[in-house]
Amino acid sequence: MPIDSGVRVFVITEQVDETPTIRTVHLDGSMHAQPGQFVMVWVPGKDEFPMSISYPGERFGITYKIVGEGTRHLSIMRPGEKIGVRGPYGKGYSIEGESILVVAGGTGMAALAPMVEQAVASSASVDVVLGARTQSELLFRTRCERAGAAVHITTDDGSDGSKGLATDKAKELLEAGDHDMMYTCGPERMIVGLLELSRTTVVPMQASLERYMKCGIGVCDSCAIDGKHVCVDGPVFSHEVLSKLSDLGRTRLNTSGGRIPID
Amino acid sequence: MTELEVDIAGIRMRNPTMLASGILNETGRSMVDVTKAGAGAVVTKSVGLEPREGHPNPCVVELECGLINAMGLPNPGIDAYLEEVAVAQGSGVPVIGSVFGGSEDEIAEVAKRMASAGVAAVELNLSCPHAEGLGAEIGSTPDMVESICKAVKASVDVPIFAKLTPNTSSIASLASAAEEGGADGIVAINTLRAMAICPELGRPILSNRFGGLSGKAVRAVGVRCVYEIFDAVTIPIIGVGGVTTSNDALEYIMAGATAVQMGTAIWSEGAGVFSDVCDGLGEFMKANGYGSVEEMKGIAHR
Repeated sequence: MPIDSGVRVFVITEQVDETPTIRTVHLDGSMHAQPGQFVMVWVPGKDEFPMSISYPGERFGITYKIVGEGTRHLSIMRPGEKIGVRGPYGKGYSIEGESILVVAGGTGMAALAPMVEQAVASSASVDVVLGARTQSELLFRTRCERAGAAVHITTDDGSDGSKGLATDKAKELLEAGDHDMMYTCGPERMIVGLLELSRTTVVPMQASLERYMKCGIGVCDSCAIDGKHVCVDGPVFSHEVLSKLSDLGRTRLNTSGGRIPID
Repeated sequence: MTELEVDIAGIRMRNPTMLASGILNETGRSMVDVTKAGAGAVVTKSVGLEPREGHPNPCVVELECGLINAMGLPNPGIDAYLEEVAVAQGSGVPVIGSVFGGSEDEIAEVAKRMASAGVAAVELNLSCPHAEGLGAEIGSTPDMVESICKAVKASVDVPIFAKLTPNTSSIASLASAAEEGGADGIVAINTLRAMAICPELGRPILSNRFGGLSGKAVRAVGVRCVYEIFDAVTIPIIGVGGVTTSNDALEYIMAGATAVQMGTAIWSEGAGVFSDVCDGLGEFMKANGYGSVEEMKGIAHR
């Protein structure tokens, strides 16, 4: 029976600690979605927020970091408790290319992991640059390795892999390799750096952006970035679109719609 | 004047479609894009004196027949928002500034600052159904509507439009009061107070519990309201509520509207709905021998 409210209710089946600060909540139903699409997650009585789908399909799951009241409350919910979900929404990654480079910063890997699995399954050769603050915060390293990707680690503190930025490792790989597509999700300053690399190396890219969201369905304008809406035109944008966004890496809207600089 | 051009209180529009307040108008750039998609004018987001976050999420429910929203008037405050208004004005089509406030003095002050940006008109939000002490809570009686219109009229020298609530026993009385208070036009209707409950969770979906229903579900109510208002006032009427096709726009026009606003239709149809409605209006007028929108206005009252 179709539900005339857009909200589907799921029962939590499991909460998995992925890192000391990142968890995955698995739900008792399926969610068929393109890699990179998102859902609006409603924690009843607390908040509703956009989350990328880290496990599409039968074992539906989302992977989150505790950043506010909503995610904090989600993190203490137990198996058997219920949450509401709207979606899937937005445009995900378009999987193309035979030799691809995936660059993930922080929780960005949550949106990219399904894409890595799908790309490897379609016989692409996949290099993953996985960057985190420190070794314990590396997300889905084993998952990517198990999928068959070559994983290159960078950490800010040098506790694993190369010490430094994911963009530096990406530059090294792009210059040495024959990549024909780059995929990314992570901090916006990293995306800006990769966009510049995409321009100089002439390797096209697709990046997932993040903005404060209210409606998730293209009406409220809260997630606007130069007339594009992250909820319906994105969250994944091509380098052609990204390079025309003058607000990219510079400004975003806060909860009241005021413009604030991106740190 | 081409057949689709209309004049509302001296504001000339290339066609009778406008972007309604609350949809794709937090940023100037989005408003410009809507004018590129064909809108004859744009109404801004409703803004107040100070920044306001609005209600927590969930603040929207998607129904098959429309949307229920309880955004709660989030806005960055009039002074910050004027930057976005300036961008919208670059579109070349009339920009109508929507304002709200908790008292007549406050609304008059916001309207004055909005008018200082050079907007073509000011729309008074006397009808938001989901913000405590604002919107419909100060615009639900004829006395309040009249005194607010008077106060705003005294503080600005651009036309003022009163956007009215249908959540009342007589919207025609509110419209008469607005005219009495000096309003130059009526905008009808705002959303209908509504609610959605999630049975599996046994609770309302919206954090605010109540919201406002818009879209196809409210069109027939909106048309009835415009029809009643047309009999009660002599100032122009702008019809809003569920306009999705040219046929819907024709219903409003024949009930008495000079122009129509669209919002929820962008969600269901995309921004291309503006040019689709205009194309459909043009074809209808040609096929039925109407030379202007004005000729069709209110003909259902014969």
